[in-house]
Amino acid sequence: MSKNLRINNKQFVDETRKLSFIFNGKKLYGYKGDTLASALLSNDIHLVGRSFKYHRPRGIMTSGSEEPNAILQIGNDDALTDPNVRATEIELYDGLICNSQNCWPSVKFDIGGINNFLSPLLPAGFYYKTFMWPASFWEKYEYFIRKSAGLGKSPTKQDPDMYDHRYMHCDILIVGGGVSGLIAAKIASDDNKKVLLLEDKELLGGSLIYDDNDISKIDNQKSSEWLKKLIENIKNDKNIIIKTRTSLAAYHNYNFLLARQNLTDHLSVNDRNNKIRQRLYKIRAKKVIISTGAIERPQVFHNNDRPGIMLASAVKKYIDYYGVRCGLENVIFTNNDSAYETALSLHKSGTKLNAIIDIRDNSSSEIVNKVKSLGIQIYWNHTVVNTKGYKRINKITIMKLNDKGNDVVGKKIELNCDCLAISGGWTPMVHLFTQSGGKLKFDNKDNIFVPDKTNLNQLSIGSAKGDFELDDVLKNSIKDTKKFLQIENSNFDKIDVKCSKEKEKKNIWLLPSDKPLSKTKPFLDYQNDSTAKDIKLALREGFKSIEHVKRYTTTGMGTDQGKLANMHALGIVADTTNTNMGDLGTTTFRPPYTPLTFGTIVGRNVGQFFDIFRKTPMHDWHVDNNAKFENVGQWKRAWYYPKDGESMHDAVQRESKAARESSGILDASTLGKIDIQGTDANEFLNRVYTNAWSKLQIGKCRYGLMLNEDGMVYDDGVTTKLGENHYLMTTTTGGAANVMSKLEDYLQTEWPELDVFLTSVTDHFATASVCGPNAKKIVNKIFKDLDLSDESFPHMSFKEVKLGNINCRIMRISFTGELSYEINVEASYGKYIWEKCIEAGKEFNITPYGTETMHLLRAEKGFIIVGQDTDGTMTPVDLQMDWIISKKKYDFIGKRSLYRSDTIREDRKQLVGLLTDDPNEILEEGAQIVKDENKKPVNMLGHVTSSYFSPTLKKSIALAVLKEGKKLKGQKLLVPMIDKTIKVTVSDTVFLDKENERING
Amino acid sequence: MFLINCPYCGERDQSEFVSGGEAHIARPKQPTELNDDQWAEYLFMRKNIKGIQFERWNHAHGCRKWFNVARDTSNDKIEKIYKMGEQPPKL
Repeated sequence: MSKNLRINNKQFVDETRKLSFIFNGKKLYGYKGDTLASALLSNDIHLVGRSFKYHRPRGIMTSGSEEPNAILQIGNDDALTDPNVRATEIELYDGLICNSQNCWPSVKFDIGGINNFLSPLLPAGFYYKTFMWPASFWEKYEYFIRKSAGLGKSPTKQDPDMYDHRYMHCDILIVGGGVSGLIAAKIASDDNKKVLLLEDKELLGGSLIYDDNDISKIDNQKSSEWLKKLIENIKNDKNIIIKTRTSLAAYHNYNFLLARQNLTDHLSVNDRNNKIRQRLYKIRAKKVIISTGAIERPQVFHNNDRPGIMLASAVKKYIDYYGVRCGLENVIFTNNDSAYETALSLHKSGTKLNAIIDIRDNSSSEIVNKVKSLGIQIYWNHTVVNTKGYKRINKITIMKLNDKGNDVVGKKIELNCDCLAISGGWTPMVHLFTQSGGKLKFDNKDNIFVPDKTNLNQLSIGSAKGDFELDDVLKNSIKDTKKFLQIENSNFDKIDVKCSKEKEKKNIWLLPSDKPLSKTKPFLDYQNDSTAKDIKLALREGFKSIEHVKRYTTTGMGTDQGKLANMHALGIVADTTNTNMGDLGTTTFRPPYTPLTFGTIVGRNVGQFFDIFRKTPMHDWHVDNNAKFENVGQWKRAWYYPKDGESMHDAVQRESKAARESSGILDASTLGKIDIQGTDANEFLNRVYTNAWSKLQIGKCRYGLMLNEDGMVYDDGVTTKLGENHYLMTTTTGGAANVMSKLEDYLQTEWPELDVFLTSVTDHFATASVCGPNAKKIVNKIFKDLDLSDESFPHMSFKEVKLGNINCRIMRISFTGELSYEINVEASYGKYIWEKCIEAGKEFNITPYGTETMHLLRAEKGFIIVGQDTDGTMTPVDLQMDWIISKKKYDFIGKRSLYRSDTIREDRKQLVGLLTDDPNEILEEGAQIVKDENKKPVNMLGHVTSSYFSPTLKKSIALAVLKEGKKLKGQKLLVPMIDKTIKVTVSDTVFLDKENERING
Repeated sequence: MFLINCPYCGERDQSEFVSGGEAHIARPKQPTELNDDQWAEYLFMRKNIKGIQFERWNHAHGCRKWFNVARDTSNDKIEKIYKMGEQPPKL
């Protein structure tokens, strides 16, 4: 490239630091301070991507976060590559590798470009309309549609980068470090407020910092010079924390905001090692000031999407900030005065400006007069009707507008150009305001939506509020900020601002062409290829709500979220339907403002930190003894202990056999434990459990079933009476926290008169449960002085003993049907007591067993597991546990619901046992049960809830819930599986030891 | 994300609290006296209004205390926080 595109006088780009980068395989150079976009433009590269649907060549269009076209794949590492990165936002670093997306084989020659010629066949809703028939083909269509959908490629490997989260609190949060934000920051700081100032760019100052025209003056200085002094002042201000490269992602209620700071994306890859890549700030601000500025709008005309067509403000920024000319034959196309600043910048930098086309009849503002005086040709009341140049614009055709502005007249004029700078006015960035719940109002003068009502302590200032001219921006920002902060005076009160004032306004949402609309391509949403035609088609087809039009045409649904497209879409809908834009409303602005990587959202909560997990005091022993673990709630519970490569089935068979024949030991520490004290503790238990507790003696244990107020089983467990007015309740492992808060709820809100105190002691005690015919011998070896005779220590009783200095609470309770003792000690002695039991049990082949064996053993006895055999729709009656419902108690939680018309239905699902006709066939849990599988639709009677192979009974057993199950005992039913149908017989729920003899060893 | 002024602990983030639904629905003192419809009214029927709604909240990850909140459901603004047992404010 020998074109002279780089201008050598810039303060923001460091030309002593040359950086190399690779674009589509070609090595190019730029400078420190460039964005990828400015570096590409300095290499005369406009064409960077292909559009989504028609694969039209597209170039860099903007200089900011609104960029719809220049979205690139950054990096080529499978783990680190980043899709859809806006070239206008990423700072250039040495060794940057980037590639165009959505094109094959290359951006210059893209096979998909054929879609452009097929475009008459691909109108809005094409996919909806075409792929509906025949319905059964959808799966086949979907494969191909998904393949061609999407822009960039996601990384395929785990993200190795580090991300961070941090909470921030401040008096005043200021979003946007442009001139109005800076002034507000200073005013707030002078009032001794703690200010947090966020700026998404590398430098503060917004667009004024590189403003180079001689018309705008602040306090008789060049506006940019004045601003630089203010910035220096703010940087040294201890009340102001500045976060640059930080973009606000979301603004939630109660002034809770999320902002993402880029920490390493601007560094060369080698300099990033061990550094945090991005940080998500979770900010709670007392007050928020939004000074996010405005985005320039394009104009909508035929072929307005060619590479080389750019926003006028972007052309200006590339010259004034980056020192890069976007073209050597420039033309400006505008409907307002701001593009004349671009004209002055082009002129000042010695860049050729062939003409200005202005749809207005004339303008005589100071800035326009200045441009006129430079002898630049201005075509008033003209519009662009067509552009030429496939991969780069090279010609435009203009025509005169008629009086109404809805057609063109006269003869065509052709102009050469390699860069067309367009401006259709400005749109305030009200995204954050509306995200926070603020309501907008429409300003007919400037055709913009501006902030109106909000419930939050917030303020919009500057062009984000709809002020576009320098004097309005400054004076209103000062005035509004003072009022917002309730300040009388500020150091800015005597500010003197001079600037050009716009006098003429004209806006045409869809510019006319010499061709009928159907033959033109006036793009609204560049990224999603939706045109004005698509909007009109949607309206013709009956879509009225703007939300529907958006979804049907996909306007505003790209990665840029329609930052450039939405206003024109609204304008065209309003014009076509003869509606006031204010009545039409806008589509919903949703967070994030710019896309966030998943890494930033999850922060440090990855891998082992994804969720909290809880370990019992014996955990290390389980690990050392080869346990496999199961997640139960947040607990890691030993699941089974495979020996010598045993399968789970084999291990469970061995463990359960040992428990039944000699002895087994289970870590039961995870069971929820609630310490209940108070003079009304007994009454409290009577109210929360279905059974009666009044007669329970000290030192005795009782099983209790807890219901919800709707009568459904909620939790179960054994409660022990430790002393007068003192109980220890156990709950299921997963239900502990919920039971605790439910009980608290009743105590605090329904029964505040009860003298009861609840304390969660789950983590304070560890529990080793020793069971089996030899359990008594083992416990006796440890506690030599303890009388374990059935008379002194019967089933369902409790003793407190000492082992050396260790207090032990021993409960003789059983979930396996075997004689068993649960030894509770303070958590820190958990591993000690466990190892003590293992050692004492050695001669009896004491076998550690996990949750799987526990489940098998209890299923043999027909004991339920709440949450496995119940699912929130089972009453105790459904479970055939009528025996546990006290007939004498007047009330308990859920009692009244047990005789609602629904709960007394006889055809409810009820818990039953199932035996397979083939004793070796093990049913699958969750399998459906039917009576007749031929009569369709097949009537589902219920499903299997628990299923195991019992080594003691040498057959498969299962529990199931079954419609009218109680009446079906002995009936033959079917369990259809994918490859066979299993025959089963309904049985009793207790499979082993119906007489309960084993409980005594 | 709300900021909730727990009457016992002060202003805390919403993530420390759980909502317990509509407030001022007292559990009937004599459930057995109620017919199915009356019981169902207590058990299932909840208001879902646009405007000020009285709710129960619990400072679950804090003091574990329950209290009442008057919240405007149209904008989530908390108009009033008051303790259990107190009457709903006139808003």
